[in-house]
Amino acid sequence: MFSSTMSSINDFVVRFANVNGTGSASANLLFAKSIFRMGVPIAPKNIFPSNIQGLPTWYEVRVSEKGYLGRRAGIDLMVSMNPQSMKKDVESVRPGGYFFYDSTKPLQESFIREDIHYIGVPLMEICNREYTDARQKQLFKNIVYVGALAVLLSIEFEVLETLLKEQFKGKEKLVAPNVKALNLGADYIREHYSFPLDFHVERRDLVGDMILIDGNSAAGLGAVYAGASVVSWYPITPSTSLVSAFEEYARELRVDPVTGKNNYAIVQAEDELSAIGMAIGANWNGARSFTATSGPGVSLMSEFLGLAYYAEIPVVLVDVQRAGPSTGMPTRTQQSDILSAAYASHGDTKQVLLFPSTPKECFDMMADAFDLAEQLQTPVIMLTDLDLGMNDNLSAPFQWDDARAYQRGKVLSAEELENAKTRWGRYLDIDGDGVPYRTLPGTHPTKGAYFTRGTSHDEYAVYSEDSDTYVRIMERLLVKLNTAKKLVPAPEFYQDGKQSDTGIVFIGTTTHSARESLDQLKAQGIPCDAMRLRAFPFNEDVAAFIQDHDRVFVIEQNRDAQLRSLLVNELDINPSKMIKVLNFDGTPITADFISSSILKSLTTV
Amino acid sequence: MSYIKPKFHHPLLPKNKLGYTRKDYEGSISTLCAGCGHDSISAAIVEACYELNVEPHKVAKLSGIGCSSKTPAYFLSNSHGFNSVHGRMPSIATGANLANCDLVYLGVSGDGDSASIGMGQFVHVVRRNLNMVYIVMNNGCYGLTKGQDSATADRGSISKGGDATLFEGIDLCSLAIELGATFVAQSFSGDKAQLVPLIEAAMSHQGFALINVLSPCVTFNNNPGSTKSYEYVREHNEALAGIDFIPVGDEITTNYNEGERVEVTMHDGSVLRLNKLDHTWDPQDKLSIIAALKKSQQAHEILTGLLYIDRTSVPLHTMLNTTETPLNQLKEDQLCPGSKVLEGINAGLR
Ligand SMILES: Cc1ncc(C[n+]2csc(CCOP(=O)(O)OP(=O)(O)O)c2C)c(N)n1
Ligand code: SF4
Ligand SMILES: [Mg+2]
Repeated sequence: MFSSTMSSINDFVVRFANVNGTGSASANLLFAKSIFRMGVPIAPKNIFPSNIQGLPTWYEVRVSEKGYLGRRAGIDLMVSMNPQSMKKDVESVRPGGYFFYDSTKPLQESFIREDIHYIGVPLMEICNREYTDARQKQLFKNIVYVGALAVLLSIEFEVLETLLKEQFKGKEKLVAPNVKALNLGADYIREHYSFPLDFHVERRDLVGDMILIDGNSAAGLGAVYAGASVVSWYPITPSTSLVSAFEEYARELRVDPVTGKNNYAIVQAEDELSAIGMAIGANWNGARSFTATSGPGVSLMSEFLGLAYYAEIPVVLVDVQRAGPSTGMPTRTQQSDILSAAYASHGDTKQVLLFPSTPKECFDMMADAFDLAEQLQTPVIMLTDLDLGMNDNLSAPFQWDDARAYQRGKVLSAEELENAKTRWGRYLDIDGDGVPYRTLPGTHPTKGAYFTRGTSHDEYAVYSEDSDTYVRIMERLLVKLNTAKKLVPAPEFYQDGKQSDTGIVFIGTTTHSARESLDQLKAQGIPCDAMRLRAFPFNEDVAAFIQDHDRVFVIEQNRDAQLRSLLVNELDINPSKMIKVLNFDGTPITADFISSSILKSLTTV
Repeated sequence: MSYIKPKFHHPLLPKNKLGYTRKDYEGSISTLCAGCGHDSISAAIVEACYELNVEPHKVAKLSGIGCSSKTPAYFLSNSHGFNSVHGRMPSIATGANLANCDLVYLGVSGDGDSASIGMGQFVHVVRRNLNMVYIVMNNGCYGLTKGQDSATADRGSISKGGDATLFEGIDLCSLAIELGATFVAQSFSGDKAQLVPLIEAAMSHQGFALINVLSPCVTFNNNPGSTKSYEYVREHNEALAGIDFIPVGDEITTNYNEGERVEVTMHDGSVLRLNKLDHTWDPQDKLSIIAALKKSQQAHEILTGLLYIDRTSVPLHTMLNTTETPLNQLKEDQLCPGSKVLEGINAGLR
């Protein structure tokens, strides 16, 4: 419905169908990055199975002059390198689109569609002729198709060559054979087909100083900048690469140049219970510490998250969400841990959540998360997802203000303890903001020691089963939650004041498609107001936006409208004006889906 | 409820080298059952810390959940304590220790806490050789939940209700030795003369030090037929050697003839002296202790004393090559690489 507005320059989707483990990833990245280097916005996405070798994987690159970074349905050019998925791949090409394949063997009759174009290049034949080594035949086949695509899509050869030179820095011998492979593909197209295609790339200056990086690497780097020094973790897709990134950056940036010793410690724990326990233990003892996991890990960590909430211990957790429940679709994306994170653990708990939507925000919010956790003495959970975490995302560059000081919160020093006029109580709310003062082990020989516990306690950390005391402490924790509302990142609005009776609300990776949808709806004469939530608990601005609009579409990537439930529940909103827009098939939500859902709902109202 | 003890100090109470009295190492009044073995272990911890001249605030005491795990409230009130969740003390201890290598970490757990729900964490903290003392107050039952069998109850041991335990008991000492523990001892809550020097030695050890202390539950597992009752443990206790701990700098005096004793010099220069040694075993020979433990089990004996020590122990911090400065004391300029470096990183991502 909306794809007709597409222009043919710098506006198309290429999908690569590959076999897992055949070295296609670096060739595909070379392709994507060359377009980025030509100044044109791109949104690459991996679609991969929970498997190491042999199963189909796809890599999709959306090229968008307008800078739309969400997924778009409809494949303009399918690069088919996997016989196993070929039937499905042929079917997924939009009418009038192109199917690029290895023509060494003729295409099966049943794969021929009348309404699409076929571009055959005998990749295997070319490689068999040009290379002797079996591994080289396989690897260069990938580069040959990149060369062919470059001609078809008008990608500049100098850009590809520069990228290869950068890639093989220190191994310069490899550059020439790769360039040769590019040319083999390019020459074949030039001899046999007309080029470029009706859609192709044209150099622009649209990406400025933007960077291309995955959210997990950004968060790992953010943790280094935030001063995290103890990291514990248990491997789980899609969070594993976050800790790997932390480790790589720490090796580079956190080793004492004189002693060669590490200014950080990383422990691969035996499970997620232990991972969060270590992070809590380290934070209790005054080091900034975090762990990263995905949904199944959050389930396992919940008992400990309740302890940290109730005993008021800072800790940072990153949940890179994937499709649940249970093991679910471990390599597909979702936003389905919102409720289990917000209310993590038994009893009455409310956890502070952060919702980044770009790599830059992953970086920034990692630093914010540690400040918030220590200022509030409570867990802070950053909720990202597979789409943001594991895909390269176009992002504003990282920034660090050297004047920024870590906010370490209310921690008493030996002098402060020594000079205290009144008896110190670990859980006494002196300032009225619900946040008490804490002490670290080893600070003072006779003052400030206390017993941290998950059992009910009074203001002096002494065990108590007195109901009044219990209620007092539980209510004070709500005062603290109010303080949190003032400290967490504010929502982002995309209009000045109120422009429409219809509002849309979204978080995280829904943002790109939601904003594209705003443009689409506006073009259809239906302007909407929009609010991107960046944190929980929700503050007054969030409540006011919903109050101000007659109907509010809550767009999210789960089945049960978890964000909507949280809004309704926490802000006491009449649910009838909160309309669900839900995509939960494991693929990133698209603007077309959002626009058509909203239109359908508005026309049936 | 916890009761705070009056802070009245008698001027003539003896003081240790740091000027602290025993009272300075005590905690609040215990709420455990009168006669509970765990209280004797608390008293031994107080004594060991006093004799060892540790600064109370340089100790972090950690536990899980159970009657045993409550005891850190009953000793060292000038130390920070952390009563965590059931079976998960090892992870809290690991994180705390990674954050600050300069404190003494004293973990207290129960047999339920360590050998059932917390078995995973127990096993892994052993193999990481975390520098800590880990005391299991082992009563063969779940005291706090009213006496159910635990995984360390011996097969055939009779419960208070009269039932025999069906399953094989887990021997935490043998298991720890198998897993590569570098200090393993076993003792009895009723044998303070043995327990105190063992705790002192464990605190001086660089690496993971397990002391499995048989600690009868008077309320639920002290009946005839139980292999964890006071009577049974007293009758079947087979001490491997007399034991003295000589802190660094103290004069070494001899009561026994050469040949009848072994001296183990600890990392910090203190000396652990084992007297009247059982000659079939050498505390630095893993195979000999594994054999001795197997034999004792067949003979229904409970071997107590220092079972095994590896003086080449390499603790976790050394393995991870972390800096000497406790990580929680690193300054911002040591932690944050700054904006210049970030510009370089951005440039590499374009
Ligand atoms: C997750 C969880 N499950 C169960 C319990 C209940 N519980 C409390 S203490 C305990 C057993 C304690 O046994 P042990 O560690 O041997 O300590 P003891 O009381 O015998 O000293 C159990 C099962 C709990 N607190 N948490
Ligand atoms: S129930 Fe048993 S373990 Fe618990 S305090 Fe009483 S005697 Fe000790
Ligand atoms: Mg027990």
